[in-house]
Amino acid sequence: MSLKIAVSCVNCSACEAECPNEAISAGEGIYVIDPAKCTECIGFHDDPQCALVCPVEETCVIDDNYPRYQAA
Amino acid sequence: MKKMAEHKGCETDSDGGKKASCGTAAGENDLPPEIWEKVKNHPCYSEEAHHHYARMHVAVAPACNIQCNYCNRKYDCANESRPGVVSERLTPEQAAKKVLAVASTIPQMTVLGIAGPGDPLANPEKTFKTFDLIAKTAPDIKLCLSTNGLTLPDHVDTIARYNVDHVTITVNMVDAEVGAKIYPWIFYKHKRYTGKEAAQILTDRQMQGLEMLTERGILSKINSVMIPGINDEHLKEVNKAVKGRGAFLHNIMPLISAAEHGTVFGLTGQRGPTAQELKRLQDSCEGEMNMMRHCRQCRADAVGLLGEDRSAEFTTEKIMEMDVNYDLATRQAYQARVEEERNAVAGAKAAELQILADVESDIKILVAVATKGSGRINEHFGHASEFQIYELSTGKGAHFIGHRRVDLYCQGGYGEEDALETVIRAIKDCHAVFVAKIGGCPKKDLLAAGIEAIDEFAHEFIEKSAITYFKRYLEGVKDGSITHVEKGDAEIRPGEVAVDVVAAE
Ligand code: SF4
Ligand code: SF4
Ligand code: SF4
Repeated sequence: MSLKIAVSCVNCSACEAECPNEAISAGEGIYVIDPAKCTECIGFHDDPQCALVCPVEETCVIDDNYPRYQAA
Repeated sequence: MKKMAEHKGCETDSDGGKKASCGTAAGENDLPPEIWEKVKNHPCYSEEAHHHYARMHVAVAPACNIQCNYCNRKYDCANESRPGVVSERLTPEQAAKKVLAVASTIPQMTVLGIAGPGDPLANPEKTFKTFDLIAKTAPDIKLCLSTNGLTLPDHVDTIARYNVDHVTITVNMVDAEVGAKIYPWIFYKHKRYTGKEAAQILTDRQMQGLEMLTERGILSKINSVMIPGINDEHLKEVNKAVKGRGAFLHNIMPLISAAEHGTVFGLTGQRGPTAQELKRLQDSCEGEMNMMRHCRQCRADAVGLLGEDRSAEFTTEKIMEMDVNYDLATRQAYQARVEEERNAVAGAKAAELQILADVESDIKILVAVATKGSGRINEHFGHASEFQIYELSTGKGAHFIGHRRVDLYCQGGYGEEDALETVIRAIKDCHAVFVAKIGGCPKKDLLAAGIEAIDEFAHEFIEKSAITYFKRYLEGVKDGSITHVEKGDAEIRPGEVAVDVVAAE
């Protein structure tokens, strides 16, 4: 039930402010998502906000290590 | 390197007073007093003031809510700060300390701007927190910010509350068709928009924000990036639209685009304008409103006088070690002296124009000047990292039209072939270059390229010297000893000269 941030992150911090769950923070060199807090934005928005605001395509991506949040 | 160490910012005695119509000067004379009060010490708003007063930017705002084809955020925003240098990002607390440290070291520092990298209003908390801290500790410093305008209408009231009286909005189009070629997407109200829809939202928000600023008496400058073949002609329409909504100054900047910056335009080979293309566009908008011609497309963490970046003296590490004593009285006393000197030379301009009083001609020529920025011809050709360009005509006398950045020709005292070629490319549209000193070899090579190097006015006022030269030129044309030829075009290399280039000297 989470997205993750890939190494292509350019550290711009745009995602941090948009996350409704405060799941995102500055990590070492790149930003990181706390999988325990991320809901894929379900319940707040139609699409994951971090992925929409991120300037680098394919950087905020689904983390397959976790089951999808409330997946139907 | 010398240039930075030498500069004390107190050589303010030599601007030649008010320039006829450089930068904002044309309007400066007829501005309402309350507006003149706001801009007269602002180096970005007043061409005249930029010789005397310094500004600094703090990089607290890296996030952005739109994507521009001329930007690669890995290297910050290529057209609002010099590319290739990753700025140190500061917390608001670090930024406030930096402002105090700089203001204590550089007493003519009057303006603090937040200009990214990214959009300051996409980072409203960091931006306003920084303003808040500075307003408390250094209340005499003027605050300003730059924005892409997308969220501007939401923040105008907060901007007014912090007494921010200058805002810069980057407006590259007012037609969504054009905008779709510049902006791949925007992030707005939790959604991503693309194409014409995105550009329409952006332009609507920008115009609404501008109108709201004007209603509240907050001055707005418009930055536009000139992208040949995409928005170059269209910028005339942008000029009308922003003027109609009360914008005070228009700054048309050349696109910075190189493949190594990794921007969309860099990768598609989109070129920037030539010197004459930029000048023609600026000239054609000049009748409509004040044009800014002294912009250096500064870094988002630039410090000091325009064109002379001292940011390397104020890294976070150095600032945190500094013991800062913010002494308002000393700053004010210093600025009073600057004003005295500035006033003392005001009016000299009229006397200079008298030199041309009995001459009438349609001829206009450009000349380049090597100067350390004090209004005098006081730089060695080989040490010049930029040349100021003046247009000479019998109507306006010496009219400042911009500057051209070059690599230092003389590195460690000997000339380098390639560097000279780049200098020639940068000032090829000029008839002459005024210098304090120049060696025999470059002088010959310049002449071969049709540019006369003139050192007889060393350390004299730029405008008076240029006008004296021009009068002699016109007389020569009249008596047949000089054949007037039209010159070609030149190359622009935007951005401030790199500190590391300077330091390497
Ligand atoms: S998907 Fe939504 S909840 Fe998860 S990290 Fe991104 S913004 Fe936060
Ligand atoms: S928006 Fe993208 S690039 Fe910017 S910090 Fe977040 S993950 Fe990194
Ligand atoms: S507004 Fe500035 S930081 Fe944002 S994408 Fe455009 S150029 Fe880059």
